[in-house]
Amino acid sequence: MKTTNFTKRMFAAGAAGIMALSLTACGGGDSGGGDAGAGGDSGGGDGDLISVGFSQVGAESGWRAANTKSIQDTLTEENGFDLSFSDAQQKQENQIQAIRSYIAQGVDVIAFSPVVESGWDAVLEEAKAADIPVVLTDRSVDSQDETLYESFIGSDFVLEGETAGKWVVDNLGSEPLNVVELQGTTGAAPAVDRKAGFESAIEGNPNIKIIASQTGNFTRTEGRQVMEGFLQANPDIDLVYAHNDDMGLGAIEAIEAAGLQPGVDIKIVTIDAVKDGMQALVDGKINYIVECNPLLGPDLADIIKDVVAGNPVEKRIVVEDKAFDQAAAAEALPTREY
Amino acid sequence: MQLVRHRLFWPLVALVALLVANTINTPSFMSVRVQDGHLFGALIDIMRNSAPLLLVALGMTLVIATRGIDLSVGAVVAISGAVALSFIGSSPNPEALSTVLVAVGIALALCFVLGVWNGFLVSVLGIQPIIATLVLMTAGRGIAMLITEGQITTITSPAYRVIGSGFWLGLPVSILIAGGIFALVAVLTRRTALGMLIEAVGINPEASRLAGVQSRSIVWTVYAMTGLFAGIAGLMISSNVMAADANNAGLFIELDAILAVVIGGTSLAGGKFSLGGTLIGAFIIQTLTLTVTILGISPSVTPLFKAIVVIAVVLMQAPVVRRTMASRRPQGPRPAAVESKPVEVAA
Repeated sequence: MKTTNFTKRMFAAGAAGIMALSLTACGGGDSGGGDAGAGGDSGGGDGDLISVGFSQVGAESGWRAANTKSIQDTLTEENGFDLSFSDAQQKQENQIQAIRSYIAQGVDVIAFSPVVESGWDAVLEEAKAADIPVVLTDRSVDSQDETLYESFIGSDFVLEGETAGKWVVDNLGSEPLNVVELQGTTGAAPAVDRKAGFESAIEGNPNIKIIASQTGNFTRTEGRQVMEGFLQANPDIDLVYAHNDDMGLGAIEAIEAAGLQPGVDIKIVTIDAVKDGMQALVDGKINYIVECNPLLGPDLADIIKDVVAGNPVEKRIVVEDKAFDQAAAAEALPTREY
Repeated sequence: MQLVRHRLFWPLVALVALLVANTINTPSFMSVRVQDGHLFGALIDIMRNSAPLLLVALGMTLVIATRGIDLSVGAVVAISGAVALSFIGSSPNPEALSTVLVAVGIALALCFVLGVWNGFLVSVLGIQPIIATLVLMTAGRGIAMLITEGQITTITSPAYRVIGSGFWLGLPVSILIAGGIFALVAVLTRRTALGMLIEAVGINPEASRLAGVQSRSIVWTVYAMTGLFAGIAGLMISSNVMAADANNAGLFIELDAILAVVIGGTSLAGGKFSLGGTLIGAFIIQTLTLTVTILGISPSVTPLFKAIVVIAVVLMQAPVVRRTMASRRPQGPRPAAVESKPVEVAA
């Protein structure tokens, strides 16, 4: 049974490869689509379905995987959507290419999570010229011209960092505390904002000191390697602040390898609350997790419907984030969707 | 003087310089202590973390020696981890040793086949190596993504964990595996004629074919081995964090491997190769990564710092620079003596 499953996946792999090739060919060939999209749904095709082109950042973390799943599970044909999904593998040029091909196809709405904040004006102008509304999810762009996109749905990263910092101040701030920070991808909005939020929250407390800060690129492998370096260079680490769960999970491996007990000898605070992270929180290896809700699918579906219907939408929609300590996690884990 | 002219002198100086810089910053850097019955310390971390890169670079050295290149190793690393973890994850008994052995077997067999595929494209169809392996480099991550269904597959299996995080006789299992394979390849290439034949193919494929060397099967074998080694590296990387991350596992490891080969003094033009050089190259790269953390270099200037170290090592090895330095010495110039020096026995 397992083997059949494998074989199936392999065949799927081949088929997807061929499809990807033909998609690129379409995008490259069609350049005169400028006014074709004026009618709004002219390129949509299939009856009443709203065609949506979505360009995802990649699959760099468990959070992203949950985010992708939420979007794919919500924007289904049953719900009235025709979703074209593409994975940019964390490269802006892939994402721009995907958006251009969506413009060429004349989809009804383009949605995407920008890999980085800057450099989107040109391609967003093209979408605007083709009359295709754009919705941003999870991460924003730094364009001066706000008319380039309809709405931005996502969490407030600064607030997440502040929530994490506040917990540290309230629970551990009474004694001297050496903090090491595992940053996200250098220059990415969540990394910049979560760092700033945390720093502002601990600012007033002279006990808490960030003694080292280095990027772990949001991945477990790098989180582990950087933590190994921190442990060698600093014998007295009290707390790890990781910008996402995956780096925190990597740090757990490094701490255990050093013969210390994660969550006890070295406390860990992370952001995201993906399943593996929550499990580690329940197991007592992580001490506090600030949620960054990846289930943006339903919100995105509502916004897209409003945009297509011509209803006014809010420019910024902040997703509600919770936060969990170990007790709350044990309660929440059985019913978590991701 | 003789020592300075050895082709591995400058890479070794770079490695020692990095270690010294770390020791100055953190005096305990070189210390290795016993922790839960195994060795623990920065040097052990460096060795353990270099193991996957060393394996990939080992295959890359042989491929480069035949005038080829293999860009697909990073994708093969991702596939290997994805296959092994998906199998263990979907098995009813993920803790069992037999499950782990079967998973490892399937993953390595598949990676070997992928290597054979690369070798087939290069040696039989005669496609340029960079193009032939680019196919799998691009498609491979997609395959890995489909196997893991776009998720990061996480498992709990103490038996699988041993590959990346285990210890045997106090030493990390991963470095023992990599070291064993390294020694085997060194013996095979330096104690038999195989190494010479590989170099012959790299120096002039047509001439060596006319001389009776079976170029095709040698090239084919070398790519197949590289696929297999990348597969083992993939098992180590996934076992290290007990997660298969199709997008990031082994990302850019092909470039690090090529860099390790180049730092080690093997020319990208093919021909003579140095396995010992590759070993030092892999250690330099891994030490550099750790150095960035230990010296607390800001993430925004990390790439610049790495680039400066790498360019310094590569420059010191460049024939032109070495000739110029040699001619400055009072003994007078000894042009080109360095380049024509015969290959040292590796390892």
